[in-house]
Amino acid sequence: MAALALLLAGLALAFYWVPDAPLEGFRQRIFYIHVPVALTAYACFGWAAWKALRLLSTRDQRYDLESYTAVHIGLIFGILTLVTGSIWARTSWGVWWSWGERQLVLFLVLFLFYSAYFMLRYSVEPGPRRASMSAVYTLFGVVLIPVSFLAIRLAEGLIHPVVFDRDVGSNLAGSQLLTFVVCLGGTLALAAALYGNELVGKRVDERLRELREALE
Amino acid sequence: MTSAERYVTAAYLVVLGVVLVYLVIYAFKLARLERETAELAELARRGRGGSETGAAKPEEVPR
Repeated sequence: MAALALLLAGLALAFYWVPDAPLEGFRQRIFYIHVPVALTAYACFGWAAWKALRLLSTRDQRYDLESYTAVHIGLIFGILTLVTGSIWARTSWGVWWSWGERQLVLFLVLFLFYSAYFMLRYSVEPGPRRASMSAVYTLFGVVLIPVSFLAIRLAEGLIHPVVFDRDVGSNLAGSQLLTFVVCLGGTLALAAALYGNELVGKRVDERLRELREALE
Repeated sequence: MTSAERYVTAAYLVVLGVVLVYLVIYAFKLARLERETAELAELARRGRGGSETGAAKPEEVPR
């Protein structure tokens, strides 16, 4: 409910309250959904890596399911990031995709890396070995997050806009920052809700499989 | 509606659409879990019914 309320508030602020950006005009409003969704994807992958690290340090198998669920939700937000970014690129740059943009390509690499996680996971028999392999893979992927995040600052001659730099005030007005924070809160709350539900569903699924094996 | 307005609306609708698709998939999953739970309950009931009528399982037959 909190996620829904925050997202609706963010939507209302983005469409009816925040002023048009001086350079981009109305189309800059995609920023309020695209960037929060991208940051939420990073947060999910980071959470998955944290759970993977916990698994490797404690050998507690419950972290495997939690890490897997976080990657699952992260990929949903990854798809949304790519699609909303592509729409923004089309309206701002006139193209759906630009291979010259390191930020875009690195996010795509990150997305494909975590998509391949599922191939790895389902090519190994369930058990501690699969859990360890999945955890190590998840930890390798998390290295791509800071690279992807910082790519925009490391790249030269790019057209992808930089919004948050050392002096945030120069790029975002107060109303824009507030709208962004509300939207980010909404997407993070949505991810948390989806993660919680998905985790419960996967746990019930697992328990039912165990119960079936015990009864048959 | 201008071109920019169409694209912005499309971006927000895509997010809404993906979340809705996810919820529909999750609803199907819940229905499957409910069905499996009912099947397992039935399996457990039949197993208990069999043991209550005194029908010993093969491994329980005294030698």
